[in-house]
Amino acid sequence: MERTTIDLWFGAFVAAGFAALLVLALKVGNLGSERAAQTYRVEVRFDNIGGLKVRGPVRSAGVLVGRVADIHFDNDRYQARVTLALDQRYKFPKDTSASILTSGLLGETYVGLEAGGDDKNLAGGDRITITQSAVVLEKLIGQFLFSKAQETPGASAAPATPPPAAAAPAVAGKK
Amino acid sequence: MLDRVRRPLERLGANFIDGIWRIGVMARFFGLVIASSGTSFNRFRLVMREVYFTGVLSLIIIIVSGLFVGMVLGLQGFETLQKYGATESIGVLVALSLVRELGPVVAALLFASRAGSAITAEIGLMKTTEQLTAMDMMAVSPMARVIAPRFWAGVISMPILSLLFSAMGVFGGYLVGVVLIGVDNGAFWSQMQAAVDFRYDVLNGLVKAFVFGIAVTVIATFEGYDSPPTAEGVSRATTRTVVTSALVILALDLVLTAFMLRAEG
Repeated sequence: MERTTIDLWFGAFVAAGFAALLVLALKVGNLGSERAAQTYRVEVRFDNIGGLKVRGPVRSAGVLVGRVADIHFDNDRYQARVTLALDQRYKFPKDTSASILTSGLLGETYVGLEAGGDDKNLAGGDRITITQSAVVLEKLIGQFLFSKAQETPGASAAPATPPPAAAAPAVAGKK
Repeated sequence: MLDRVRRPLERLGANFIDGIWRIGVMARFFGLVIASSGTSFNRFRLVMREVYFTGVLSLIIIIVSGLFVGMVLGLQGFETLQKYGATESIGVLVALSLVRELGPVVAALLFASRAGSAITAEIGLMKTTEQLTAMDMMAVSPMARVIAPRFWAGVISMPILSLLFSAMGVFGGYLVGVVLIGVDNGAFWSQMQAAVDFRYDVLNGLVKAFVFGIAVTVIATFEGYDSPPTAEGVSRATTRTVVTSALVILALDLVLTAFMLRAEG
């Protein structure tokens, strides 16, 4: 087959297109970082997951160790059932605790894992039982206001109704 | 007196009916192009030649504008993100806006004005000088020989141009963000990689570019094929290609974005 300059240009053009797609996939997108990662799945139940989303990060000690694979509502227990896909390279003890955390004030919601002391490790299909739900800011503010309102009517009434233990230091600090 | 009211109304109605008529004919034209695309694939060199003229020769404008759009996004993003102390997110801002929206849309707008207008002018002039009629007389279908290769060339070129635009834009954002302003290199790329999803963002952008490619080339070839065979007619057809393409691209973008965001959430 005879070759023309047009063939060369066409080839270069298409090759440039593929190169751009590769750059966008590997350097800009997430295809490079998660390539061929072997994972095992662990189930966690939370009372409240806050703003957690599917594909959200799972971190332990700040390091990305997996992703949220699935989120369901468990209609029997009225809880959120979250499936985590953890990287096969990382092993966690059976009594690892999971909590819903937020990176920074406006950052994304993620699942934080804190290793326990068990000598057996979590395997695929296991369940993490020690969990801590998301902190809902509105609830926190509500609790604070409530305890504040209970306290203000008079300093004389204070000894009769001591403020909740958690809110006490903050309130005392303010006064 | 009555005439003065009636005439504008008549003109308005005529324009409206003309618009509807054009949509119908354009749909029929699109079907005809698809039906007579056999030649384009049997003699792929016809398409390659058009890819050279519409795609390869548009490279310069696409690459340079991509670079500048990315740099401007970097500067503007930095200005705003600085207030929140989140300048590392500049990579996310640049990459997401380019890959999802600006890449396909701006590349398509440039493609319509750079290549679409050229296609319309070329076909319009071929019609004016009766080359299309001459082909018909020689039993060479102008649909298969002239229109379809240009259509497929546009459909092939547009996604590639959009990808190059996005890639160059990200590079421009990198130049301004990391090299010029001094945002941390690692945070720039890692936050970008955490936020940009290949399927939802990159592939959806590619689908957009593909759809825009079809729309722009159908409009461009149709306007050329339909243009009145006069100098003024060709010039009007060329203008109409650019205006209609721009409007159709933006309208389609809205529809596609609505669909894609719904699929994601």
